[in-house]
Amino acid sequence: MTQQSDGIADELRQVTRDFLGKTSPEAKVRELMETDGGIDREAWSQAAALGIPGLLVPEELGGSGAGMMELGVVFEEAGRALWCAPLLSTCALASCAVLCAADRAVQAELLPAIAAGAVVAALAWNGVRPSLGSLQARRRGEQWVVDGTSGYVVDGGTAEQLLVCAEVNDRLDLFVVGSGTGTPVAGVERNSLVTMDSTRRLAQLNFHATPALRIATDVGESLDRALDRAEALLAAEQLGGATRVLEMAVDYAQVRIQFGRPIGSFQAIKHKLAEMLMAVELARASVEHALVTAETEPALLPLALSHARAVGSGTYVRVAGDNVQVHGGIGFTWDHPAHLYLKRAKSSQLMLGSPKWHRSRLADLLGIPGDTAAAGGRR
Amino acid sequence: MSADQRAVLAGAIDEFLDRNPVAALTDLAFRECRFDAGLAFVSFRPGCGGLGLDPALQPFVEERFLAAGAPDTRMRNIVGLGLAAPTLHAHGDAEQLKLLRPLYSGEHVWCQLFSEPGAGSDLASLATRAQDVGDDYVVNGQKVWTSYGHVARWGLLLARTDPEQPKHEGLTYFVLDMRTPGVEVRGLRQMTGESGFNEVFLTDVRVPKTSVLGAPGLGWRIAMTTLMNERIAPAGRPAAMGEGPIAEAIATYERAVHGGAADAADRDRLMRLWGGVEAARLMSRRASAGPLGSIVKLQLAETVRAVYEYCLDLEGPNALLIDDYTDHHPDVVTPLGGGHPGKAYLRAIANSIEGGTSEVLKSVLAERVLGLPREPRSDRDVPWSRIRRS
Repeated sequence: MTQQSDGIADELRQVTRDFLGKTSPEAKVRELMETDGGIDREAWSQAAALGIPGLLVPEELGGSGAGMMELGVVFEEAGRALWCAPLLSTCALASCAVLCAADRAVQAELLPAIAAGAVVAALAWNGVRPSLGSLQARRRGEQWVVDGTSGYVVDGGTAEQLLVCAEVNDRLDLFVVGSGTGTPVAGVERNSLVTMDSTRRLAQLNFHATPALRIATDVGESLDRALDRAEALLAAEQLGGATRVLEMAVDYAQVRIQFGRPIGSFQAIKHKLAEMLMAVELARASVEHALVTAETEPALLPLALSHARAVGSGTYVRVAGDNVQVHGGIGFTWDHPAHLYLKRAKSSQLMLGSPKWHRSRLADLLGIPGDTAAAGGRR
Repeated sequence: MSADQRAVLAGAIDEFLDRNPVAALTDLAFRECRFDAGLAFVSFRPGCGGLGLDPALQPFVEERFLAAGAPDTRMRNIVGLGLAAPTLHAHGDAEQLKLLRPLYSGEHVWCQLFSEPGAGSDLASLATRAQDVGDDYVVNGQKVWTSYGHVARWGLLLARTDPEQPKHEGLTYFVLDMRTPGVEVRGLRQMTGESGFNEVFLTDVRVPKTSVLGAPGLGWRIAMTTLMNERIAPAGRPAAMGEGPIAEAIATYERAVHGGAADAADRDRLMRLWGGVEAARLMSRRASAGPLGSIVKLQLAETVRAVYEYCLDLEGPNALLIDDYTDHHPDVVTPLGGGHPGKAYLRAIANSIEGGTSEVLKSVLAERVLGLPREPRSDRDVPWSRIRRS
């Protein structure tokens, strides 16, 4: 990164942190956990005024045409605050799918509403990657219809627009269901799921001859690229959460007194915290490398991304667990935020590609013989 | 770092290589020219082998020279290049700075005379005495774990000049000519069977006052410069992805696959190790001197050992054998192993002890980076002569 873009990133970080400090304090997160949709539409509109949903969207389509590093900063901050917003669904998965797979005309159709914060969009497929198993699409008269079940769709219960990856013969095409203009999405049975991580909603979507508009064809490869970019952003979100739980643990170790001393003065705690710091900083190096690679050497992104997710996912789970341990009993209570981060960490680790899947894919990319991710890759 | 500095530097290197083709000169002469051109340690001052540039540009310089075919001879004098040079540059007087050129060229190998049998992690409690006798100091004591001691021309010596001061305050830093009478170097045999380190016995060694670095009593502060550089993993030359011990692990796995002796669990374990090494590599590209830099060292200590253990596990019964335990006294240190996997594994055991134990480094991270309370200390503000030592 150049010094100039570092400056922009720092400014964006501060603006986002201030914004989330106001719109996503812990009390607000807990309130949203109990609502049906699980996301704060009002805050999302305010975020749009700051330009957040449109960061990746080209300027002429109403966005700011910024890069993955900038959006990565927003994801990091969102991860710190457990922001209940359609960031992963709309700005990572759906936006990246449209940007990577669809042509300019389709982008002009879909992205301005996303950049304006007017539409929540979700990407639906089935399996680890769209190219590893998807829904089915077929012609019915003049129109396309989609069949099948998509298991764990982020914000699938609330999205006004569904982007659907479906197979046509042996090829993968991209479809859109729902106009995104306020009319309800028709012909899809949506089952909101009870998720371990209450701060991020998933839905099961059943498509029964659901009318859909085809927006791109033969998108297997481009959707893999889109998913790599979306996962790099998820990795940034995980990094932000990991950084936050380390801070929580350090702060608590300074103020909790037992045996007449702050517990942070005991070597057992100190070393645990130092190991957490190590893990977080190693993950930071890996995640930032993936975000930079997405911009500068996109051909190398699969390698950098799978590495970042394989390392970073485990780090977040580990440090979120260690944070509970440092807090002791209080950390196990519902009223303490430690569990919210632990649940976000575990869920983020297993969604999209798990560390095991990414390690297998890394081995494939490096040409190391053995069982491949493509063969054993289904979730 | 600015793109401008980078471009100017790239131009300077290209021009240098035009004037001094790698193949036309001996390594020594080539390195002397590099030093004179300020392309040795680019962050150092002009005249000291540098151009006063951002230290973050050093890896870029090393990359360019390697690409031009210059051999990587760092390990021949890693203590000199990695530890002595930054210390001399920061604290040396005009005469002492003259040592930088032969240090860089490889003419003079350097060693570090810090640790003692009674002063390991608690370095500041060291007992080697330097007594002021007018124009000289007279040094008596024993140093240990001295890499390159048997080939070194110069040593970085930390000795006690005032035992009645608290332990950190009575120390003085010397640049010691290893040819001085009374300096005796003996190989120290380690668990690999070789003598990769030395013991150095100092008996009535007369050291002129001009060899004090900084001033008497400032030894600890100056030693910090040295130690902070030690805790960055072998730097200067950026490792390429997949290079080093992990390449041996991959080769071992592939042999096991061909022999029908590896499964999916071995592949997954291999990739866990690969991730640990790659994370350290990516971090080493951004970490500089300072406590945060020790993360790379900590991570590699753990991971490299695990990498060689993996190699042994995949070798199966073959790993019951070792090449041999004949005592050697090698001129070049290989802390990351290499050679026979059994030997490399055994050598890697020391990675979490040498250059700061992992336990001490974790305490430093916790205290200096995370701001946690210091360890309670019983030897603070007590004259060194009265503290308890083993």
